[in-house]
Amino acid sequence: MRQIETDVVVIGAGGAGMAAAIAASEAGKRSILIDRSLIGRGGATVMAQMTVAAAVGEQTEDHWTHHLKDTLAAGRGLCDERLARLLCEEGVTAIRKLQEWKVGWAAEDGHLKQVQAPGHDRPRCVYVDFLNTGPAVSKTLRTQVIRHDRIRRVGDLYALDIVLRDGAAVGVLCVHLHTGEPVLISAPATIIATGGLTRLYRRNSASLNMSGDGYAMALRAGASLIDMEFVQFFPIGHLAPRLIGMDPIMWDPFRYKLGGRLLNGNREEFTQNYGVADGGRYQITRDQATYAITKEVEAGRGSPAGGAYLSFEHVPEAELRKAFGPIIDKLAKNGIDLTKTAVEVAPIAHYHMGGVRVGVDMETEVPNLYCAGEAVGGANGANRLSGNAITEALAFGFVAGRNAAARAADTGPAGDIAADAAEGLALLQADGPTDAPNSAALVTALQALMQDYVGPFRTAEKLAHALAELRRMKAELGDTPYGSGGTYDSERLDWFDLRTMLVIAEAVTLSAQARTESRGAHQREDHPGLEAAWEVNQVIRLAEGTLSLERLPVIRETVLEAAS
Amino acid sequence: MTQTAHLVVTRGTSGDDTHIESYDVPFEPGQSVLDGLRWIRTHHDPSLAFRFSCISANACKECMMLLDGKVIYACTERLTDGEMRVEPLANKTLIRDLVTEIAPPDERL
Repeated sequence: MRQIETDVVVIGAGGAGMAAAIAASEAGKRSILIDRSLIGRGGATVMAQMTVAAAVGEQTEDHWTHHLKDTLAAGRGLCDERLARLLCEEGVTAIRKLQEWKVGWAAEDGHLKQVQAPGHDRPRCVYVDFLNTGPAVSKTLRTQVIRHDRIRRVGDLYALDIVLRDGAAVGVLCVHLHTGEPVLISAPATIIATGGLTRLYRRNSASLNMSGDGYAMALRAGASLIDMEFVQFFPIGHLAPRLIGMDPIMWDPFRYKLGGRLLNGNREEFTQNYGVADGGRYQITRDQATYAITKEVEAGRGSPAGGAYLSFEHVPEAELRKAFGPIIDKLAKNGIDLTKTAVEVAPIAHYHMGGVRVGVDMETEVPNLYCAGEAVGGANGANRLSGNAITEALAFGFVAGRNAAARAADTGPAGDIAADAAEGLALLQADGPTDAPNSAALVTALQALMQDYVGPFRTAEKLAHALAELRRMKAELGDTPYGSGGTYDSERLDWFDLRTMLVIAEAVTLSAQARTESRGAHQREDHPGLEAAWEVNQVIRLAEGTLSLERLPVIRETVLEAAS
Repeated sequence: MTQTAHLVVTRGTSGDDTHIESYDVPFEPGQSVLDGLRWIRTHHDPSLAFRFSCISANACKECMMLLDGKVIYACTERLTDGEMRVEPLANKTLIRDLVTEIAPPDERL
């Protein structure tokens, strides 16, 4: 069996993973950067088409403490303030670093252009124009990664489990997708940078590989997860007409530039009926817009495909062309002329605030196991401020990489980990059942269940139904991986994904069930309104196959008072 | 209005003789070849192997394959009424079905 030794192993080659590998190499340590897909192409970063928040103060005077204040306000009292501070403070350095690496942040008159996104007190969000923010960030990081001889990149390697010795991480057990063969990566420090869980939902804006892989690996290794009930829905995901070759979150940057009007099925503005007049500008926050659109559809006033209209019909053609640039032609290829047609939009799962619980050094409760990016929980509390995702990927990635490298230097090589990985290896070598159900259909059924029963608006009844179904599906999935484990075995891959998705879906549902109030992205129709007693975080652990919840006080810091 | 694409897919692994399997795929106008392949997996055969990551955003560029002999991205090519011949890339090493070795040489195991 193949076993590779290194100093730091990084799981996931999106923004956070690439940043972590670069930081580890800058600290003089070797790393292996692995991904179940291609390096720098999977994950969420490459899909990000919007803006990146950082208090670089180029458009207007700014300071990271102002950004922190907005981040904490968006988080509705639940942010781990140490992590939120790290995001805002280190975020500035991270954005500058990308600028040095020539990412191409939009600029004019000798300064970076910064736009004001909802929830920010001033123009704070940099971007790369015409939907290129994520691809440009990915490409820039990838170029840097390639320059480091100490970073080895391996794609098509599916991480299955963290390998433990005496309760501490000593590497990762992987499957090479092309051959189905197990591969062990032995390392004194491991970083999980696998992103979030949006694939749990039928309508989502992220990649296939955002199944909560890192959450599940961390849970099984003994780490805990925090704030799992908070799934952010992006209110104006593209719904109709069918658009191909474009990310469904594409409309947001154009709302920054042009406003755009949200209309119901009767072509009337409606958000004012839910407390926020949008007035053709972009003032409504994500949770408010998600609520307004969902309620309008429920009242029978949705658009034909089950969402709302987003209209730019009132905007002069020349202005449209200036704002959309080449995107106008891509839209034309999809048969969409914005001067004549309104598109239909609806809320889609976009980001997950919760994740693996870490300290400010990004280490989890499992020694030598670190985490970075969206996979980290706590920084964004109950609702993420727009623009914070890429900032977090970069800032947490750099911090995790540095600290993991220091740990590797202190700890020394992990040695042969084959004996430590025995249980996982046995699972990989098992022959699948001959009468297995359709694995792809199970994934689809799970996504439908989560969308319909654990979506943005929840009730005790819906959540109880979801929990019962999830447990039934878990029993149906069984303990033996499907397929034979040979060359590119899609069924076996689905089985491992389902093992992950089911435990993470259960973690989300249990956390949502327990929180009997509405806060940020977690809205209980049977418990409307925020309750002061619920200003606590929920933490979830896995022991003997059973998940257990605990309430913990929010971690505060006095930095804001000190700065003001 | 639902139409039907007749997808003729080349299957098999390197070393073995490949074979052809055909599927009738119902679709609404506007849906992509990738949508069709995903429909085959959920409705007929979950063992059908093809690679994609970003789901129709054309960001990951993984779903390259041949359609009627032409290199395409499955996510940006639309399904059409009638026969569509889908094959793995001809100039890359075949892994299984529509999956080929597309990673840069220094990013392989």
